[in-house]
Amino acid sequence: MYQYDSHDQAMVDARVAEFRDQVRRRLDGSLAEEQFRPLRLMNGLYLQLHAYMLRVAVPYGTLSSAQMTMLGDIADKYDRGYGHFTTRQNIQYNWIKLEEAPDILADLAKVEMHAIQTSGNCIRNTTSDQYAGAIADEVVDPRPYAELIRQWSTFHPEFSFLPRKFKMAVIASETDRAAMRLHDIGIQILRNDKGQLGAAFYVGGGMGRTPMIAPCINPFVPIDQMITYSEACLRVYNRYGRRDNKYKARIKILVHELGKDEYTRQVEAEFAHLLTQGIEPPLAELERIKAQFTDPAFATGLSDAVDRSDPDFAVWLDNNVQVHKQPGYAIVTISLKPVGGIPGDASGDQMRLMAQLARAYSFDELRVTHAQNIVLPHVRKADLYTVWQQLEEAGLGTPNLDKIGDIIACPGLDYCSLANARSIPVAQKISERFAGREQEIGELKLKISGCINACGHHHAGHIGILGVDRKGVENYQLLLGGSEGADTSLGTITGPGFNEEGIVDAVEKATSVYLANRHAGERFLDTYRRIGMAPFKDAIYAKDAV
Amino acid sequence: MVETQLRFRDDEPAGDPAVTVDSFGEQTNAAAVRIEPGDDARVLLPHLDRITLVEVNFPVFGDGRGYSAARILREAGYAGELRAVGDVLIDQLAFLRRCGFDSFAPDQPLNAADAEAALARYPEVYSPTVDGRAPIWAKRHGLA
Repeated sequence: MYQYDSHDQAMVDARVAEFRDQVRRRLDGSLAEEQFRPLRLMNGLYLQLHAYMLRVAVPYGTLSSAQMTMLGDIADKYDRGYGHFTTRQNIQYNWIKLEEAPDILADLAKVEMHAIQTSGNCIRNTTSDQYAGAIADEVVDPRPYAELIRQWSTFHPEFSFLPRKFKMAVIASETDRAAMRLHDIGIQILRNDKGQLGAAFYVGGGMGRTPMIAPCINPFVPIDQMITYSEACLRVYNRYGRRDNKYKARIKILVHELGKDEYTRQVEAEFAHLLTQGIEPPLAELERIKAQFTDPAFATGLSDAVDRSDPDFAVWLDNNVQVHKQPGYAIVTISLKPVGGIPGDASGDQMRLMAQLARAYSFDELRVTHAQNIVLPHVRKADLYTVWQQLEEAGLGTPNLDKIGDIIACPGLDYCSLANARSIPVAQKISERFAGREQEIGELKLKISGCINACGHHHAGHIGILGVDRKGVENYQLLLGGSEGADTSLGTITGPGFNEEGIVDAVEKATSVYLANRHAGERFLDTYRRIGMAPFKDAIYAKDAV
Repeated sequence: MVETQLRFRDDEPAGDPAVTVDSFGEQTNAAAVRIEPGDDARVLLPHLDRITLVEVNFPVFGDGRGYSAARILREAGYAGELRAVGDVLIDQLAFLRRCGFDSFAPDQPLNAADAEAALARYPEVYSPTVDGRAPIWAKRHGLA
């Protein structure tokens, strides 16, 4: 994986010094809170309901063991012993003291980490496929391209005060595991029919209160022009994106209001101009980065056999282990969704254990997934049983990847000052209600947001739940039929909302309709798409409730 | 008129008051123009040879359109004074400099020591702009 050279380290160290100085000026009163706010936000520091929250960047979701160990140590030293992995492959700490924040950044810098641009109206952490470098269906490993974007976007002087936040994702497979088309810019690295590498640009996707699936504005930008094209997309947005209304300020609204063709025309004109400005890093830089993402030293000639005689292990194997590109290896997903737990939370001890397992069994590497789980990307099949046993012992062996208990949830009203409703208790209740029935129900992606900003991706859930405030009471709307993969679709609201108990019952009724109607091999989403909303609605709103 | 607090040029400051972009089109002898966030800097490009001062107004620091306006002017070869005015704060100075601004007239005077520290904070830059600083990739590959 990517390692900082002296240049990268100098930038992060300078950031720590800068933030320390900004906090000093805030504490001595020379910076007003309104002036400090955008500065702390660009360092990932939010003022939440009860305390400061610090969001730490995990570029394209990749972590070394040393980095994961540090994240666990920070949880113990500065927080209440845990951290929360997010849908943007980052981690956030919910109980931070302002005066300690510079020390946390200094600790992070020791392991080549930072909180740069994890908030604010700037280019945020670039996300990617959590199986990058391990999955057979990728054209190339997408992470070097994401790293190139990380460097280009870090402290970009022109794009640090955009109309609104800006999120990019890079994938390199037909199977989209990063919800690429729900980003401000989604890039798919691919080869054209001449075998040359390029980048397809999808611009103007997003969730929030106006969910949109990004259209493709250019199917093939030559790879040695990817940064210049990105710059053109951003410049048009910075100049013409709406600034009169924060709810209409994302690039999706600009693309929608101008129309895809007109936006594209403006980008192409800006691109032609910027090509004359010499801003593209040379291919040698991409090659330098790529050299740090070569395959680890996989052993060859390993057996693919796995002893399935322990039935609990076999269930986990069938749920949480994916096929690896290298014979004899597997991709392990560690569920951070225990029954009744808080989705995405891990304790300091759990983080250190995952780090140890990565060191011993996965070439020192881990990934954070946008579904708020952790991946050990390169585990020998012969080691799977040992790994599972250790995970089980630490409460990390839940066999529910992509099942109804594998819930994505935002922090909600328990922490977030924007939320209208709590997300975590709803997730916990659903997880408890369906415990033991997950395998019978099969793949079902359930996503919960505590407000219309959609941090919990409710639009893209097979079942989505949106918490709203209804006359001062928490109320939950139910959506069906969303998806975020190659078949991206947006969910549809079933009808009137429910209270906290009612929403759990409504989810149960929806799953009952599915179970009663499914054809062999159909997932919940497939059955919904075949039979439509009506039978679900009938059951959910029937007077003589089940 | 607000004082210019920081200036990184050796020539004499322009004497004329800056006119709006709209009036500039009509006053063919104007040499100083003021850009508001909604103005298109590109309308000035045919007239760069007679402009000695462009003021770019930041009514609120969070409105970043002026950064693009500045870079567009410099990319087109504008060599006169480019002054950031309005809600110009310490922690935006380095970004503004990188986009081509070479003078600053903030509404509220800046602490001189803090401003100097902020401008000197980052030893290196990742992206090339119009300020001529070699990006890190150029140093890595012997291009700087």
